[in-house]
Amino acid sequence: MTAPLVVPGSADPASTPATLRAIPHRGGALNPTADRIKSQFAEAFVRAEVIWGETNVYLRPESVLDVVRYLHDDAQERYDYLSDVTAVEYRDLELPLQVVWHLRSLPFRRFLRLKAELPKGTPLSVPSVFSIYSGADWLERECYDMFGIVFEGHPDLRRILMWEQYQEGYPLRKDFPLRGRFSRSEQLRQALAAQPESRYSMTELTIADAFEDLPLEMRQRLAGGEKTGE
Amino acid sequence: MVDEGGRVTTLEAPPAMEPELEGEHMLINLGPQHPATHGVLRLVLELDGETVVRCIPHVGYLHCGFEKIGEYRQYNQIIPWTDREDYLNSPGNNVAFALGAERLFGVEITPRCTVLRVIAMELSRIMSHLVWLGTTCIDIGAFTPFLWSFQERERIYTLLEQWIGARLTTTLTRVGGMGADIPDGWMDGLRDFVRTFPKTIAEVDRMVTRNGIWVGRTIGIGAMTGPDAVNAGLSGPLLRASGVAYDVRKDFPYLDYETYDFDVPVGTSGDVYDRFLVRMEELRQSVRILEQAAARLPDGPVNVDDARVILPPKSKATSEMESMIHHFKQVMEGPRPPIGECYVAVESPKGEKGYYFVSDGTPKPVRWRIRPPSYVNLSAIPRMVEGHLLSDVIAINASIDIVMGEIDR
Repeated sequence: MTAPLVVPGSADPASTPATLRAIPHRGGALNPTADRIKSQFAEAFVRAEVIWGETNVYLRPESVLDVVRYLHDDAQERYDYLSDVTAVEYRDLELPLQVVWHLRSLPFRRFLRLKAELPKGTPLSVPSVFSIYSGADWLERECYDMFGIVFEGHPDLRRILMWEQYQEGYPLRKDFPLRGRFSRSEQLRQALAAQPESRYSMTELTIADAFEDLPLEMRQRLAGGEKTGE
Repeated sequence: MVDEGGRVTTLEAPPAMEPELEGEHMLINLGPQHPATHGVLRLVLELDGETVVRCIPHVGYLHCGFEKIGEYRQYNQIIPWTDREDYLNSPGNNVAFALGAERLFGVEITPRCTVLRVIAMELSRIMSHLVWLGTTCIDIGAFTPFLWSFQERERIYTLLEQWIGARLTTTLTRVGGMGADIPDGWMDGLRDFVRTFPKTIAEVDRMVTRNGIWVGRTIGIGAMTGPDAVNAGLSGPLLRASGVAYDVRKDFPYLDYETYDFDVPVGTSGDVYDRFLVRMEELRQSVRILEQAAARLPDGPVNVDDARVILPPKSKATSEMESMIHHFKQVMEGPRPPIGECYVAVESPKGEKGYYFVSDGTPKPVRWRIRPPSYVNLSAIPRMVEGHLLSDVIAINASIDIVMGEIDR
């Protein structure tokens, strides 16, 4: 049994915020965190804007981890909840790809959106925030699966919704056709040949005695000296 | 040893009852086609005897690319897809989607629509919790609560059918309003449900809550501490069972939830039993909200008076030039939101359900992202099951309340 974690103010009806109404399209009150990021991380800060009442802070991709760690640890910020990690690619293919983090501060009831822009032609890679939020695990894996963005430092970055042998690319990228890359019959053939149930990830192969049950191709890979495990 | 005279001279150690076995671990595939995994979830479990040493979940068997398809649809055309992700909570998803799209369009809905949406959300919370209650009881070995809860759920489906014509995939909302106003006399049916439903909760409560088998199977199983649960991004009853009073309805209100009088139940130990208690109490609180909503439902239009997003009535569309143009533009091109983005989260029965829209000013979203609560909740299952027995995996998995349609999308 553990003591309940008290979130200040959450039980107090007087401090309950109200349903947002008449929000302007652009402009409005900036989340005070944005100014603090600007003053503390002048190098990392690119720009901040308010759209539909939500604050966007654009950061340089390489410094996301430092900023997020500050947001999580600082007593003034306490962004303890990671809602979502995702990415956006615009239809205009010249625009950079954006990685988006949605953070919540439960004690202060704040919401902040962090963005990092990855220009086309550069390696799609941002630091992983898994070391700060363990909930980032599957969110980052999905983002990698769907967009091909590599989260540096994620302990187990592999496909999650598509099967691991999936070769057609990254489905949510705009250059990926809605119907897939091949004909329906070819897609069906590949999906049936993939047999995801009979496959084990390299992590699972470290489990004892699984070897004999493995597909032949995987046993050969292991016999060829391929390393298992993380 | 016995000497020649038959006397015992030395004592022999008794034979070991359990011979020392080699520490072989066993690999077990639970799923993907197992009734107790609540869908096509595959858990690869490493077992030491009957104890789970490691758990590796595999998802994606139901993946159909909702988010990709959404990029090729107009906003109102996406709403049927939201029925099909978390299909136990279709009206709630519809409302959440409409709220997000309305923020993106800058549309303010009418007071009657706001209250109707609250009714839809709470009915759908009760529906979803009842499925959870029934199936969890079956997983742990109790059959009767399943029948009782599905009977009550059937009554909600009948109400929804009277309202919108569909039962499971409701497509209840439109951007800027609802698909239909409630028919005459519908509120009587709702009041009847609200009056009699607490009796069923009380019956299940009397039967299950202090049942020895139930308590033995659930207390101390799959516990998560509050800080751990926040860090893992858990939400909904799962997070509140761990003692964190985070409820989107209270902390980031929408649909005037701050004006309703209801409590957020919070557990202490975060185990399967606390999750059960939290969900049972949420059923009662939803009834309270429904009572208040039924009492305050105002008259007036359901849809906003905004020709950008709401179709004109058929009679006007065929008789007035302007209405015909609006009708034509909306059907052929679709409403165009301004360039922008928004993230709108609601408290779904599973937790924080968010929709993130990015618009480039065209009638179709550049990005429509679902923040699925079950997905993030399920990602913590390895930490919950490790060290527990194989049979507890079923109880823990049931207590997370997953819907694979939402996880795989």
